[in-house]
Amino acid sequence: MSRLYEGLLEALRLIISFDPDLLTIVLLSLRVSITAILLATLIGVPIGTLLGLKEEKKTGFFNKIIFTFMGMPPVVAGLIIFLILSRQGPLGVLGLLYTPSAMIIAQVFLASPIVIGLTMVGIRAKGGEIEETARSLGAGSALAAWTVVKESRYAILGAVITGFSRVVAEVGAVMIVGGNIEGHTRVMTTAIVLETRKGNFELAIGLGIILLMISFIVNSVLYTIQKGGKKN
Amino acid sequence: MFNRSSIQFKLLFGLMLMAALLFFAGCAEEGAPVEEPVEEETTPEEEVELIDDFIILATTTSTYDSGLLDFLNPIFTEQTGLEVRVVSQGTGAALETGRSGDADVLLVHDRGSELQGVEDGYFVDRYDVMYNDFIFVGPAEDPAGVGGVTTAAEAMSLIADSGAIFVSRGDDSGTHRMELRLWEAAGIDPAGESWYESIGQGMGDTINHANERLGYTLTDRGTYVSMKDSIDLVIALEGDPVLFNQYGVMAVNPELHEGIKYEYAMMYVEFLMSEEGQNLINSYQVNGETLFFPGYGLE
Repeated sequence: MSRLYEGLLEALRLIISFDPDLLTIVLLSLRVSITAILLATLIGVPIGTLLGLKEEKKTGFFNKIIFTFMGMPPVVAGLIIFLILSRQGPLGVLGLLYTPSAMIIAQVFLASPIVIGLTMVGIRAKGGEIEETARSLGAGSALAAWTVVKESRYAILGAVITGFSRVVAEVGAVMIVGGNIEGHTRVMTTAIVLETRKGNFELAIGLGIILLMISFIVNSVLYTIQKGGKKN
Repeated sequence: MFNRSSIQFKLLFGLMLMAALLFFAGCAEEGAPVEEPVEEETTPEEEVELIDDFIILATTTSTYDSGLLDFLNPIFTEQTGLEVRVVSQGTGAALETGRSGDADVLLVHDRGSELQGVEDGYFVDRYDVMYNDFIFVGPAEDPAGVGGVTTAAEAMSLIADSGAIFVSRGDDSGTHRMELRLWEAAGIDPAGESWYESIGQGMGDTINHANERLGYTLTDRGTYVSMKDSIDLVIALEGDPVLFNQYGVMAVNPELHEGIKYEYAMMYVEFLMSEEGQNLINSYQVNGETLFFPGYGLE
């Protein structure tokens, strides 16, 4: 218990002292994960909408693929991106390995299937009806699809929140493709692994508590917005 | 009422976009982490143009977790402007990172593999940069009765016979490779034994594991000394000449891959091998103990 207690004190100390190293780590975590989830949203929502508007029978095979990728272990995603970005890999000339860009790519790879899958499920719930209504009011297929997205936005928001929670909490992928380089590719989760390895348990749990707090704040904001919509 | 939530929706996306823009802006700045040189110690004729670039150093967990690189690298950066980006892995992984050209310079400890890598043309300009030693650590109660013996082979036989837990790195690191050589020399095959726990993790993790399981493990002295305060394990055996641990520094062969910064890598190698670099290594202490000794340790 005393270690947990000291960890809590350490977390408070880090926050109050506005530790610059911690700030770098937290900002990088947010920058990587928010960029990744934005890109995953841009990729995932159109594909999910398209699949969601099709009859379930016709997309059966895609469903299975997407649901499998939703459960992709981060370390496997990291390994695949690593092998592509390594100098011996097909995109090695880009020199992206051990950069924040590589971490973003890996997280997009992890988050996109979640956004696609959950968007598809959300759209399928009532998308057909909305599309028909929109079309009967004279909308073309593009406008009809946009109407469906707008009307299903809370389901889509849920998909985005889930995707964000996944990437901000994962360590396997960013450790492999980022390399946990201090001041450059070190994020909250890889810092926790490092401090645990070094036996600095108080600092490690302190970082863990801060990660939870940040997740809590981000999710509170998103949840409030989502709930605001349901009242209507 | 539909309107209100629609505005919230737009607001949210606006906020997310803004955040993304901010973070991308941060990206652009980050390319130039130039440190201002501290003027006090540099006399005018020593002043050199600072290089605004970086090198990637693949190294073992022991050099990084012990804090040695946090001590050395800022001094190198101050003198040259070059940033050193450290990726710390097991020696096996670090060697592989170097072979695939994903690092510019290596600091590892498996002399045989290093020399082999140089012979195979993956690495160039290898030097014996520093050394320390491996030690056996274990619980203070010493359930295997290792206390009285002086050789690694005897200690390992006692551990195997008593069935006391032995925790192995199991990650193809330099320490793991050393441990396997020692078992072989002792004529024991521990694989699959119930007392032998191979966990596939770094040195710090392995010491933590042994600490919780009240087991023995083989560690480099540096990592143990730097963790001593947070664990209960004590030194069970030290001083056997076979436990000598040589570190080597070497550059990745620039002819094998595009984009290897050989020239900068050599500046780092030369820094470590210079009189100043060697003295700095010797001066680094944790808990009042010197962790690494400069140069080549065995005559």
